[in-house]
Amino acid sequence: MSSAVAPAVSRGPAKVPGSRERAGDRLFRLIISGFAGIILLAAFALAWQLTRESLSTWKTFGLGFLFTSTWDPVADQFGALPFLYGTAVSSLLALLIAVPLGVGAAVFLTELAPKRLAEVLMFAIELLAAVPSVILGLMGIFILVPVMRSLGAPYGVGMLTAGLILAFMVLPYITTITREVLLTVPRPLKEAMYALGATRWEVVRGVSLPFARSGIIGAVFLSLGRALGETMAVTMVIGNAPKISANLLEPGYSMAAVIANELAEAASDAHLSALVAIGLVLMGVTLVVNGAARLMIYRLGKRS
Amino acid sequence: MKLTLNLIAAVLLAAPAAAQMKTLNGAGATFPYPIYSKWFDEYHKVKPDLQINYQSIGSGGGIRQVTERTVDFGASDGPMTTQQQFKVDGKILHVPTVLGAVVPAYNLKDVTDLKLSGAVLADIFLGKITRWTDPAIAKLNEGVKLPDAVITVVHRSDGSGTSYCFTDYLSKVSAEWKKKVGTNTAVNWPIGLGGKGNEGVAGLVKQTPNAIGYVELIYAKQNDISYATMQNKAGKFVKASIESVTAAAAGVKMPADFKVSITDATGEKAYPISTFTWLLIYEKNNEGKGAVLKDFLKWMLKDGQAMTAPLGYAPLPDSVNGMVTKAIEVIK
Amino acid sequence: MNEAHYARRKKINALMFTLTAICAAVASGTLLAILGYIAWKGASSLNWDFLIHLPKPVGEKGGGIVNSIVGSAKVVGLAGLMGIPVGVLGGVYLAEYGRGKYAFAVRYAADVMNGVPSIVVGLFAYALIVHPMKKFSALSGSVALAFIMIPIVLRNTEEFLRLVPGTIREAALALGVPRWKVTVLVIVPTAGRGILTGALLALARVAGETAPLIFTAFGNRFNDNGWLNPIATLPHTIYTYAISPYEDWHNQAWAAALILMAFVLLVNVTARVWLRPSSGTSH
Repeated sequence: MSSAVAPAVSRGPAKVPGSRERAGDRLFRLIISGFAGIILLAAFALAWQLTRESLSTWKTFGLGFLFTSTWDPVADQFGALPFLYGTAVSSLLALLIAVPLGVGAAVFLTELAPKRLAEVLMFAIELLAAVPSVILGLMGIFILVPVMRSLGAPYGVGMLTAGLILAFMVLPYITTITREVLLTVPRPLKEAMYALGATRWEVVRGVSLPFARSGIIGAVFLSLGRALGETMAVTMVIGNAPKISANLLEPGYSMAAVIANELAEAASDAHLSALVAIGLVLMGVTLVVNGAARLMIYRLGKRS
Repeated sequence: MKLTLNLIAAVLLAAPAAAQMKTLNGAGATFPYPIYSKWFDEYHKVKPDLQINYQSIGSGGGIRQVTERTVDFGASDGPMTTQQQFKVDGKILHVPTVLGAVVPAYNLKDVTDLKLSGAVLADIFLGKITRWTDPAIAKLNEGVKLPDAVITVVHRSDGSGTSYCFTDYLSKVSAEWKKKVGTNTAVNWPIGLGGKGNEGVAGLVKQTPNAIGYVELIYAKQNDISYATMQNKAGKFVKASIESVTAAAAGVKMPADFKVSITDATGEKAYPISTFTWLLIYEKNNEGKGAVLKDFLKWMLKDGQAMTAPLGYAPLPDSVNGMVTKAIEVIK
Repeated sequence: MNEAHYARRKKINALMFTLTAICAAVASGTLLAILGYIAWKGASSLNWDFLIHLPKPVGEKGGGIVNSIVGSAKVVGLAGLMGIPVGVLGGVYLAEYGRGKYAFAVRYAADVMNGVPSIVVGLFAYALIVHPMKKFSALSGSVALAFIMIPIVLRNTEEFLRLVPGTIREAALALGVPRWKVTVLVIVPTAGRGILTGALLALARVAGETAPLIFTAFGNRFNDNGWLNPIATLPHTIYTYAISPYEDWHNQAWAAALILMAFVLLVNVTARVWLRPSSGTSH
């Protein structure tokens, strides 16, 4: 989130032409390149570790691991489908709720609200991103779950509850990025439309939102990346049942939640390996999603 | 920033101040967590320079971490299998500490004394009985007004000795359960919500109307959750209590390795879902930890046993206590 | 006809903006609702004893969370000591020399690590520290949090350094000062405020992390003075207390949440006020 603080402008420092590197400079460069390498090393070690430890799962179940739904530690039979399903569904639900809400809020804050009010509200929305997920989970257990139950959900916990909590987690990302993109819409474009007698909303719909489209899609992917990997808040309200049910009020399970619940207590090696395999899949999926988000935002940067 | 710097300084200064405090780390069963945390708290008062840190992560976790040797001792209410013990580097001693009961805890408005039999309980957890008004339940509870509602089943999401004891019992009373699900710390549940630890299941049952789950007796008691009276092997309805759990252990012949199941016991007064719970102790320990552990175990077998009753656990029968006192001499 | 058409368009306009206003109210109101609720629930259980005492045995009323407060300070503090220097120096490298394939790889790795779910980072720290050392420890928790901090601090540092005008660098170099001295004494201090803010925000972010601590820091009912034993942390304590059945623990979870939230908010608000363009270094 802190990268949202840093202005997105990038102006590369000029390499001083024709200067030969002195010994001190060389040492300095070597030292700090070493520090930079730590994260590179960590990324490799992480990927290697996850692959190595999950190898036996892939050997035993092959790709079928991803498409079967039995999770039976007694028989050492493992299929990750319920977790994939739970993660996907809860994340998509979160987006379904958060995207209209976030884009709507961003439109209001850029196009209509007085500047001071917009600043204050934006501040509140950005701070929402700083709320630790365990605190959102706490709110979920003691406020959202009873509310869901009183509205007729049989358990209170479940897929929809998890989706709602996740929606509030990603809402700040969508609002912040959408607003930033909306602020870059060139004035002349909008003014031209006003000159034709368009209402404010028609300008938003006809000019601003289409202009901001790739930025919004980038924000959506970024939020998806966040939602997929979120652990605590989901674990606390999703119900922790490895079942696939089309009913959103039924309990489910997510990839991150099953790792959190079972890793420290997996009794058999096969069980442990299966959990690490889920970790690997989770990492792969977030990698792809975040890559897509960066691509979108990169394209946007190029255009403007 | 200054605040952070101060904080960092404080943290750094704290490190060298590390006194000659000895810490032992254990992890495992949530079933005996209330009595263990009581013991470790009291024992810290007896020996102020010793801290025994126990984390209740579930029996499956206890077994796993003992195998990985990431803890100094483990705890489980399901004995380790021969295969599991084979994987541990060194010998593991099962030290029974107390007896406890697993109770079917339920959340039904206005129903204070639910009666259940093993077969009905198995069918509920198999998903074959889905409503509280099912004739099988009604037959056991004549005169009780049961709500016309769907049963919400709650089970453990983590590896659990409580689950082991519960499934061990269900396997003994229901052939279908034995075939379809079986006995283990972590099982493939046919239906239901998952809660983490006895704490988590009790929390879910308490918060979910028309739910039924299974927890250690003390968790139901401490939280005012109603629990069912069970029909035992002799056909009598018995409520879980210190007496009925002790009765379940009365007839048992304790083997030398202390790994024994006392579910579905035969006595007339026996509560059918009872179990011993064990500390998993390495026979050979490093850094003089063996002597420290042995001292604690001796204290536990004497003074500690007197603290069990207020928390609803049954103390070890005298004969077993004697056996254990001798057996722990091998710990080094 | 035209009149009616126009009136309809006006109506749609008004309707849509009312809807977006509601969206904005919901989005920003959520924070207020959360803060208000935590303050209300937490304040009733928060007192001096709660801050300075150890937890009571399970099920007994009372007791405090001093072990979690001290533990969080230690774990997060050590994570900062490891993560911030690595992140800042790595960021300096990317900003000053970051043109080649190596720099591209580092940048890519940082983005990857930034996106990795924190539970997976916990898994990694377990394999890296806990398993070989045969011990859950404060150290392993700090390493996990440091891995989360590094990419954040790194990219943030790089971006702020890039904002330093090239003219400053050129002027210093023209005086014959070695490049490393220019970087350390001129360029980094110029961007110092931004870099520090980023580091602070990263600290606040990891202070609220729970998932990577479950199988690293593990938890401890006592205070531990060293680094090589399990340790309690605020978020982990909130988690275990929240899912427990004990009324008293629920109240304590809210009080602990209030403390954590206060810390996170304090850092965030300070950082943002400090970075305001009007008072900032940016031009």
